[in-house]
Amino acid sequence: MSSLRRSARHIPQALAALVLLLLVIAAVFPGLFAPGDPLAINPADGFQPPNTTHPFGTDGSGRDLYTRVIHGTGPSLLIGLGATALGIGLATVLGFVAGLGPRWLDFGTSRVIEVMLAFPGLVLALLVMVISGPGAFGATVAVGLATAPGYARIIRGRVREIAGSGFVEAARVQGRGRMRILTRHILPGTARSLASLATLGLGQAIVWVCALSFLGLGVAPPAAEWGALLNDGRQFIATFWWLTFFPGLFIVLTAVSATVLGRGLAKTTRSVS
Amino acid sequence: MTRPLLDIRGLRVRFGDAVAVDGIDLRIAPGECVALVGESGSGKSVSARAVLGLAGPGARVSADALRVVDTDVLRLGERGLRALRGGRVGLIPQDALAALDPLHTIGREIDRTLQLHTKLGAIARHERALELLREVGIPNPEERIRQRPGQLSGGLRQRALIASVLAGNPALLIADEPTTALDARVRRGILTLLAELRDRGTGLLLVSHDLDAVRGIADTVAVMSGGRIVESGPAADVLGNPAEEYTRTLLAASPVGVPRHTPLLSASPVGVPRHTPLLSASARTTPLTTERHTSALTGTAGTEESPAPILVARDLTKTFSSRGFSVPAVRQASLALFPGQTLGLIGESGSGKSTLARLILGLESPDSGTVDLQGSRWVPAPESTRRPNRHRLAAIFQDPLSTFDPRLSAAQILAEAHSGGRSIHAAAFASEISASLDAVGLPQSVRSRRPLELSGGQRQRLSIARALAQNPDILVCDEPVSALDLTVQARVLDLLDGLQRERRLSLLFISHDLDVIRHVSDTVAVMRDGVIREAGPTERVFDSPEDEYTRALLADTAARG
Repeated sequence: MSSLRRSARHIPQALAALVLLLLVIAAVFPGLFAPGDPLAINPADGFQPPNTTHPFGTDGSGRDLYTRVIHGTGPSLLIGLGATALGIGLATVLGFVAGLGPRWLDFGTSRVIEVMLAFPGLVLALLVMVISGPGAFGATVAVGLATAPGYARIIRGRVREIAGSGFVEAARVQGRGRMRILTRHILPGTARSLASLATLGLGQAIVWVCALSFLGLGVAPPAAEWGALLNDGRQFIATFWWLTFFPGLFIVLTAVSATVLGRGLAKTTRSVS
Repeated sequence: MTRPLLDIRGLRVRFGDAVAVDGIDLRIAPGECVALVGESGSGKSVSARAVLGLAGPGARVSADALRVVDTDVLRLGERGLRALRGGRVGLIPQDALAALDPLHTIGREIDRTLQLHTKLGAIARHERALELLREVGIPNPEERIRQRPGQLSGGLRQRALIASVLAGNPALLIADEPTTALDARVRRGILTLLAELRDRGTGLLLVSHDLDAVRGIADTVAVMSGGRIVESGPAADVLGNPAEEYTRTLLAASPVGVPRHTPLLSASPVGVPRHTPLLSASARTTPLTTERHTSALTGTAGTEESPAPILVARDLTKTFSSRGFSVPAVRQASLALFPGQTLGLIGESGSGKSTLARLILGLESPDSGTVDLQGSRWVPAPESTRRPNRHRLAAIFQDPLSTFDPRLSAAQILAEAHSGGRSIHAAAFASEISASLDAVGLPQSVRSRRPLELSGGQRQRLSIARALAQNPDILVCDEPVSALDLTVQARVLDLLDGLQRERRLSLLFISHDLDVIRHVSDTVAVMRDGVIREAGPTERVFDSPEDEYTRALLADTAARG
């Protein structure tokens, strides 16, 4: 009975993992779910509400929205993943430098991180986009850079926590060198928190990427991308609700699933350390 | 005959399927002190807390009778229990720092109890609070009443807590390990205070694993083990002439008056290793020399018959400073360690013992002074030159849990130590790990467990096993048994003694417990305020102390028994 209750606690995480798995499959093999062409125009079928042939309805040019949303999964996830990887990667370097380096380096890095944190994340991303110019690559870099300072601070804290722990001191008494302590204790210790951090961040990154595309700075039309689709439907929000509803639903679904999974990972990490 | 204040018959407490308390009977008359003793996990604390309906969430409490004065506790609802707690029955917990709100002044803490349980007006309550502080022996109550727990020392804090408990004018006091966290002299003061309260007619239920503490104050002693009372009776009978084997073990666990190298628990599975692979180099079984080293302080080479010291610290000084405050932690401390011998370092908390240990281990750099390891400079020295010799100096600490990487299993921790840090691959070091576990008396079944899943005693054994795996000459032990039960402490002390003789280890043994120090040490150094006040052969220092502070320290311990 108690094992039943224990497994019941994992149902949300299992569901979230399933949703993400399906989305990843859709991103890699969109044809599996939507065999049609996302760019095929059929002006006669413009602005059809959801029906049996077009489950999500169609847009003004008569393109099937379901096909476009499914085909939009790839770019959205890819940019989100790329941005998260970039952000976490950069943050790991900054976090370790600040956490383990000499005091002046920690001071300098921490102040830079704080200055960057003072900007709202999206504004920072917009700033980067102004420099890099619009496009998928620019959006990835922008979101990656904008999320890095937040991660860097968390990683720095975790690194310092482990570096000051009793077991690192015990390792020093045993005569272990700096590299050995780094690879044996500090890296594995932070890796666990990084995994949950990355999953949690993925949802946020996807939302931001979509936001940039929505503002016309991310993936350029007519390519299907959730944010760009939202932007397309924006002017018809009062009349043709499905144009914004379905892309929005997928964004929310992805973000919520990533968050639920990330929370679950964080919880198991905490119970270990 | 007077009615008992507390009348327990057939008390049972269960947590799920686990039976924590299995049918105990207990009675306390006014002015009587009943002590409930036993190892941790024996159910003594749960029993005491069940009286207040505080056995814990998920606890199922049943009893044939559970009466306080004339109230049936089992019939009380949450409201009735609240009136009982702090009113008729006061609870003195172990950790005063945790029990007192750091944001409230002592006066407010007492005032709250007075508000709840008396009908006094504000001015009368203030007067009563001052009176209570005086009663529990807090000097300068007018000033102390405005202070917060953080501004008080451990002893004053415990006294303040007792004052706030007394404010409810309880007929019965339950003291749950009230002195465990305290230094010897503070402990004596608190026990005296409890004895005074008892003499004034308060019933006292004292829960403790410390039989020495119980000896002076309890009228009746009940020994608990595995949720049952295995033996009970007048204190003098139970402690002086125990009928049960378990009580004898508990009593034997005390290091008081047990000479050096005499096992505390003869029947315990003391881990004298059967075989010592990887450690053959140190498996010299030369019998220990018993000569005294009067040169403990100076560190000079000693007399002809005594060997040269293995480690000499000279004039170590360390001052910590932050934000304009500077705290001299260690001042001009010198000591010498001899092969196969134990140097005991005594001092109250905050005396600088641990800092001295960290200086010797090279974890802190001293402001001035040196440490030599067999003639070569150890401190100050760059870590790179120190590292090849690091394995000769091992350490175990009071809180072993924090010294283990929580991700690693016991086997991985030992593999790491045996490989000199190169690997945590347990399979590659299976035989070494198995020998290590044997050597410290740990069962092979702990291999796959993580430190969190081990008991306190097992953790300390594991940390000793890890320390020995590096084949050290010197073992620095910083309060290694202070967090352990008396019986577990006895087993660990016996283990250390066996290993020391087996491997001719030099021990720097730090403790605030004089009984432990006297039992384990060949020479002792007494430390206070960062200064080593006195040092010499154990017998000499304990029997005829030269320093005034040492004398005061010893007097407190002697008076306790």
